[in-house]
Amino acid sequence: MFENYQQAIKTSSKTLLANKGRSFLTMLGIIIGVSAVIIINTVGAGAQELILAQIKSIGTDKIAILPGNSGKKEPPASALGIVITTLNYEDMLALNKKNNVANAEIVVAYSNGNANISWKSNNYNINFTGTTHQHPEIINSELDQGRFFTKKEEKDFSRVIVLGSEAKKELFGDSDAIGQKVKIKKHSFEVIGVNKEKGTVGFENYDDKVFIPLRTAQSIILGINHINKIIIKVDNEKNINHAIEDVKNTIREQHNIKDKTGEKDDFSVKNSAEGLDMIKSITDALRYFLAAMAALSLLVGGIGIMNIMLVSVSERTNEIGLRKALGANNSNITTQFLIETITITLLGGSFGIILGILISFLIFIIAKLLNYNDWELIISLNSILISVGVSITIGLIFGIYPAKKASKLDPIIALQYE
Amino acid sequence: MLIKIQNLKKQYGEEELITKVLHGLSFTINQGEFISIMGPSGSGKSTLMHILGLLDRLTKGQYEFEGQDVSKLDDNQLAKLRNEKIGFVFQAFHLLPKTTVLENVMLPLAYSSDKKNHIAKAKKILESVDLGHRLNYYSNQISGGEKQRVAIARALVNNPSVIFADEPTGNLDSKSGKQVMELLQNLNDQGNTIILVTHETQTAEHANRIIQLKDGLIVNDSSVKNKRIAKNEKILVK
Repeated sequence: MFENYQQAIKTSSKTLLANKGRSFLTMLGIIIGVSAVIIINTVGAGAQELILAQIKSIGTDKIAILPGNSGKKEPPASALGIVITTLNYEDMLALNKKNNVANAEIVVAYSNGNANISWKSNNYNINFTGTTHQHPEIINSELDQGRFFTKKEEKDFSRVIVLGSEAKKELFGDSDAIGQKVKIKKHSFEVIGVNKEKGTVGFENYDDKVFIPLRTAQSIILGINHINKIIIKVDNEKNINHAIEDVKNTIREQHNIKDKTGEKDDFSVKNSAEGLDMIKSITDALRYFLAAMAALSLLVGGIGIMNIMLVSVSERTNEIGLRKALGANNSNITTQFLIETITITLLGGSFGIILGILISFLIFIIAKLLNYNDWELIISLNSILISVGVSITIGLIFGIYPAKKASKLDPIIALQYE
Repeated sequence: MLIKIQNLKKQYGEEELITKVLHGLSFTINQGEFISIMGPSGSGKSTLMHILGLLDRLTKGQYEFEGQDVSKLDDNQLAKLRNEKIGFVFQAFHLLPKTTVLENVMLPLAYSSDKKNHIAKAKKILESVDLGHRLNYYSNQISGGEKQRVAIARALVNNPSVIFADEPTGNLDSKSGKQVMELLQNLNDQGNTIILVTHETQTAEHANRIIQLKDGLIVNDSSVKNKRIAKNEKILVK
């Protein structure tokens, strides 16, 4: 039995080598399909790591309160850019009271906007952030020059501004910025500090931003009362769930919401662990969808193989007749054609794996060159094993019909076929 | 006795579309005979060869090959018997393309139960038909006469009980045709049973016995008195 298979493998290899061009073209569908599966899995895993690293960079001892309701694993509408005005300054003040949220160590609120900032003749479109005086503590940012604004300046609607490192470069170049007056929407602000380079935290680049006191931003520039986000740093990671409950109860009280189930909440409370879950579920869904698309291309590749094998059977009718005349039985012929198909799919699968890994590696190098340092090259053994398994299965499924067709040929008719 | 057929009938189709090809043939063939089956087109000689060569089944009658009733054998058993006991030489050579002479001759051994010394056996047979220098040539790189000699070597490689040659000179020029017939003649001289199917009288006369068919019936079955090639003529088989 084993020798029969050995012989069939020899015969199949000879036939495939004798028709190198056609064998390669037959494999192409599988090569593309398998490499697509590998690339999607590897690049998907790399991108996921990058995203998760960003979430982790926020820290796991933080709670974010966003306006608008959302499910446990869904992002709130405000995170998708929809303006919701249900959170306000008073909510932040309430959360800051120890008898409301005992475990809150720092409470910081944010109100963001976009405007032109100018210094002398330099003009620069900028994302400004209205925030409270403890912002640097919550994201662990440090000042390169000057200082951050104080609680008093925050209360007094002071027109002071702290620049992110990139924003400073854009506006002032190498000139000294401290003490200079910059203009946002015709309002003059005194530069009191310049941040050290911080990079991206939780998908936000803090270097190209400028920071002004929250109430100044709300009343002077934006003309609004609502805020976009409140971040709370909890005294201990272990107390995070307790703190979340306190936060929910406090805001419900503030907003007169009697329902404790959360269904009527007009705000969302997220922590980084939930954020991780949420992002992971989104990226996983995306990966599975793309992998399914790639699997579809494998199916198309399989159908292509079946077509070419049927053409091959037709072209080799004489050969099949001859083999039968010389003593091959139906099972010999079936085995030969089946092994040919499996060899094609297996070789195609192997080339696909190599190509997939090479392209994934190339993407990894490009990501590193683009400073996506959290991008990791994760080649999953599972995706390789699945690709090999799928290749063999496709070979078996799509090879069986042409092989059976070949084995059923009448040797006399096959020998006379022209 | 190698072959015994009794009242062999063959028909194709079913019910109203029946075509009767052979109408009850009976004869025997002994080991070592050289027989020509002759007849015009449509006489049923190819059908008879296919049945005798176990490529086709008879409709009625009895066929014993080496004393075994072959009508009771299934497809796999027939394939095994063809592989071990029968060699075929076809008019169109039927050599595998993009395959060397040696590999073509080794082809029947791929389906043989004997798994040893395939290369040595094939080489030996090729040398015996004067093609030892063409082992690694591809089948499209050799002449028509050489192709038919490769086909004969392939028929011989499993040391069969009988060789069926279907119009073996049909695609050859007269010189190559003569060489092929001399080769078959010499194989017969060495004890091989040859059954030749032809419509050419000259070719048929190389045999010891000629069975003539017409419209599916044997019209003549006789020994040949004046064989074209004397036994002492050129010996190709070494």
